[in-house]
Amino acid sequence: MTTYFNEMYDSGKVRPPYARLEDWTRSMPAELREMKQAEAEALFRRIGITFAVYGEGGDPDRLIPFDMFPRVFTSGEWARLERGIKQRARALNAFLVDVYGRGEIVRAGRIPGRLVYRNAAYEKAVVGFVPSKGVYSHVVGIDLVRTGADEFFVLEDNCRTPSGVSYMLENREIMMRMFPDLFRGNRIEPVDSYPEKLRRTLASVAPTKCERDPTIVILTPGHFNSAYYEHSFLADLMGVELVEGADLFVEGEYVFMRTTEGPKRVDVIYRRVDDDYIDPLCFRPDSMLGIPGLMDVYRSGGVSICSAPGAGVADDKAVYTYVPEMIRFYLGEEPLLKNVPTWQCSKTDDCKYVLENLHELVVKEVHGSGGYGMLVGPKSTKAEIEAYRARVEADPGNYIAQPTLALSTTPTFVDEGIAPRHVDLRPYCLVGERVELVPGGLTRVALTEGSLVVNSSQGGGVKDTWVLAE
Amino acid sequence: MLSRTADNLYWIARYMERAETMARLLEVGSRISLLPTAHGYRNEWDSLLQASGTAFGFHQKYAEAEQCDIESYLFFDLDNPSSVATCISRARENARIVRTALTAQVWDALNTAFQELRVLAKQPRHQLELSRLTDWTMRHAAMVRGAIDATLLRNDGWDFLNLGYYLERSDNTARLMDVKYYVLLPRVEFVGSGLDNYQWTTLLRAMSAHRAFHWAYGGEVTARKIADFLILNRQCPRSLITCAEGITSHLARLERNYGKNTRAQEMALALEAGLAALSVEEIIEEGLHEFLTRFIGDIASLGGVVFETYLSGDVR
Amino acid sequence: MILTVDHVTLYRYDRPVRGLVQSHRLMPSTCTGQRVLNWAVTVTDGLAGGAFRDGAGDWIQGWSVPGPVSEVAVTVRGTVETTDQAGVLRGHRELTPPDCYLQSTPSTRSDLALAELAATVAGHDDVLDAAHRLSGLVSEAIVYTPGATAATTTASEALALGKGVCQDHSHALLAVARQAGLPARYVSGYLLVEGDGAAEGQEAAHAWAEIWVRGLGWVGFDPANRCCPDDRYIRLGSGLDAQDAAPIRGTARGTGFEKLDVTVAVQAVQQ
Repeated sequence: MTTYFNEMYDSGKVRPPYARLEDWTRSMPAELREMKQAEAEALFRRIGITFAVYGEGGDPDRLIPFDMFPRVFTSGEWARLERGIKQRARALNAFLVDVYGRGEIVRAGRIPGRLVYRNAAYEKAVVGFVPSKGVYSHVVGIDLVRTGADEFFVLEDNCRTPSGVSYMLENREIMMRMFPDLFRGNRIEPVDSYPEKLRRTLASVAPTKCERDPTIVILTPGHFNSAYYEHSFLADLMGVELVEGADLFVEGEYVFMRTTEGPKRVDVIYRRVDDDYIDPLCFRPDSMLGIPGLMDVYRSGGVSICSAPGAGVADDKAVYTYVPEMIRFYLGEEPLLKNVPTWQCSKTDDCKYVLENLHELVVKEVHGSGGYGMLVGPKSTKAEIEAYRARVEADPGNYIAQPTLALSTTPTFVDEGIAPRHVDLRPYCLVGERVELVPGGLTRVALTEGSLVVNSSQGGGVKDTWVLAE
Repeated sequence: MLSRTADNLYWIARYMERAETMARLLEVGSRISLLPTAHGYRNEWDSLLQASGTAFGFHQKYAEAEQCDIESYLFFDLDNPSSVATCISRARENARIVRTALTAQVWDALNTAFQELRVLAKQPRHQLELSRLTDWTMRHAAMVRGAIDATLLRNDGWDFLNLGYYLERSDNTARLMDVKYYVLLPRVEFVGSGLDNYQWTTLLRAMSAHRAFHWAYGGEVTARKIADFLILNRQCPRSLITCAEGITSHLARLERNYGKNTRAQEMALALEAGLAALSVEEIIEEGLHEFLTRFIGDIASLGGVVFETYLSGDVR
Repeated sequence: MILTVDHVTLYRYDRPVRGLVQSHRLMPSTCTGQRVLNWAVTVTDGLAGGAFRDGAGDWIQGWSVPGPVSEVAVTVRGTVETTDQAGVLRGHRELTPPDCYLQSTPSTRSDLALAELAATVAGHDDVLDAAHRLSGLVSEAIVYTPGATAATTTASEALALGKGVCQDHSHALLAVARQAGLPARYVSGYLLVEGDGAAEGQEAAHAWAEIWVRGLGWVGFDPANRCCPDDRYIRLGSGLDAQDAAPIRGTARGTGFEKLDVTVAVQAVQQ
């Protein structure tokens, strides 16, 4: 029987950062809690934070369940995490600049060339281009899990367009509205500077041809996208326009947006669309979402695109294994955050081990995301395991496997009262002229008892994440 | 502002106004159907479908124009591009897209209408009185309008919203008048009859202008007075000239704001001046129906020019 | 040899379009055996956009034409001095790792028949010889036949049909070379067509393939003409397939129907 680290209770005693929360829960009878929960839901609905689950149809206005019980880190814990996250974000960016340049890390034999250059996410179209300030990934979302008091593992890196930051901000907003006393009693680091920091980060990577205060826009795939709320929320908080592909066009050496007063030049595009859909002249010719000619403007220094096209090769699950190696190679430092041991099914020996131990491993598709297409061995039936085995055998290179981690739990409100549920953490690291991190992140919680899958598309919920001031 | 954002705002207003008109049409229909129908000509409900431009779609689904089917079709049916439900859903969808250009109050008003509509749509139809549905629509349209007037920043977005309202309203007023004169009463011998007056009164009621009319004109309801009230009277909130005035004033604000004169403004000024120079006699002489047809065409081309000038994204 | 190029692409729309954006790969490659004496690309009412040299060494130039517009001509005129390099691409500066060209695309996807061709060189140590053989096999399997295939025909379809033009030959060679583990890419350019070639209807806008040979670099193969490129060829640029390597990629905004006319003339200057 695996034991799980409980972030609030350690050997029957309340850990110090949670001390005040214990009194808080005692002072909240079931009726009050239900009332508050309903109030929170009404607030979310009113603000309009809803979440459409990919490909499931159903109610497009579904809410991600919000759990009112906060998740807490001490300032010491956070300081260690912060150093590790920033280190990782720097190394990932150095890697990207390198592999689209001379590829020193491959030449040095520290990572196999085929993993990088034959990777579907490797973008031939940007080879030889160094983006403004040498940054490819401007918002790095690093998914972390905790397995002990001092044990954290990086589950995966998200270098393209990690989503969910609006929940980090809204969860805090709603907690402060509903429980102001809690914030008076605990000294909690604020997170509301995120939009301003993001804006500053984006402005700092304005293109070479921009000699003025840069005009920034957020590019969204459109209002049918499940993250549309987040796009419009960020645009509003940053005071920038939220545009779709058709709102932008290329003329001469620049990109412009269509306004009621005529064309207005755009300098920095924070895009929330995939590489494939940004320029039909360069990538998918059938894309209706893109801006024809954008890549020519980009490569000639007329506009910055954040994250830079091609950034996806760094967050590939097969490349993930080599991130510690990147940190040593580019920064000359030892990694502060550990990787989860990973078996690459593309390697014969690894694959053999994985197939023999499917019942106790977590197996994922190399390019998968959102918790889709994965196998959680210990939680699966024999039939599910056998079906998955066939998939891995058919295309081993498409799978990696990891041990089933003993994800920590935090107290969570459930129908019966309060019970431990598994959580992970996604902080958002900003990379521009500076590397910054707001003290907090998005805590996702698996609401089903015993479940280790925290993805919102799989019934996960979210929590407010606190970092206590010193 | 982004042309697409302006376009979304403009359509929020147009759809809300259209939803209200559709509810008013239903009201006209139900009141007229309360009269004994021994006149030997066609079913009034059919006239209504003709007037709202929904007859074809309706007959694709239903054989006879029965009241309950018409109510369903004109109010709830999302397959009907101009049903109240379609209009409100689209207004709310346009609002969702430009959430950040709206205040919380405006969003709330639109979102509440949409959420309530979803609840209404689930109720058995026989529990829903038509008058309750039309009241409901009018109330929500007024709440949205009120939230816009009370809370929205008076920037260019506000102008585009109002342009949408006035353009849609002028078109709708003209169409409502045309329903009465052209569709409900096709035979010249009925002009001036008791039935004729009843229908005019119904129309005034449907436009919530019944009492206002009596204060302004008094006495008997005649086609001439009504034409004067609904076309040329600047006190009437739905009259064509009031709408034209609204359009020119918002285009003038945009001119000041953007520092440039546009063709849309020239056209709107010409339209308003044309109305101001008209007398009721001239309208009657031209023929009310002919006048209204011409006006509806003018308003449509003005809408087209407003689109080209500000909303299409091809502005230079 | 001194070659002159006169290449006009005329776009006509039945209704004016709201604007046009293009990306050109229309400059002769900078490499040994190719010296540009003069070269000019013009676009009617066009605004020159961003320009740069990409990772594969190609010069890319963006263009836009503000609307409304109903006719646009892209004209390429120039003179290039060429010398025969026996198909080997030399003196060409590029950064893109050859491994990138192992990726297949929809038009170069392998199938059983293509894999069978590729299998004939399995275990072959001499890569150059293997490449020559594959090119020869493709030449035999696909008979040069103008009009039998379309721009969207895939390698697999062309092989099944046994007929095709230079684009189909090149796609098929890319498919088999990649299947055999050899990085391969599509090259677009111009060809001086004389005598028999002209009689067969060969066109001056041409395409061939390059295969990566360790130790030697990129080597050109023209299965349509059963040879390696020589001084009759002008190289413009490369890509994963015809679409990726297209000399002109573009799109118009509007509902007008597009009619395209292309004329290409390549001539040798008498010396």
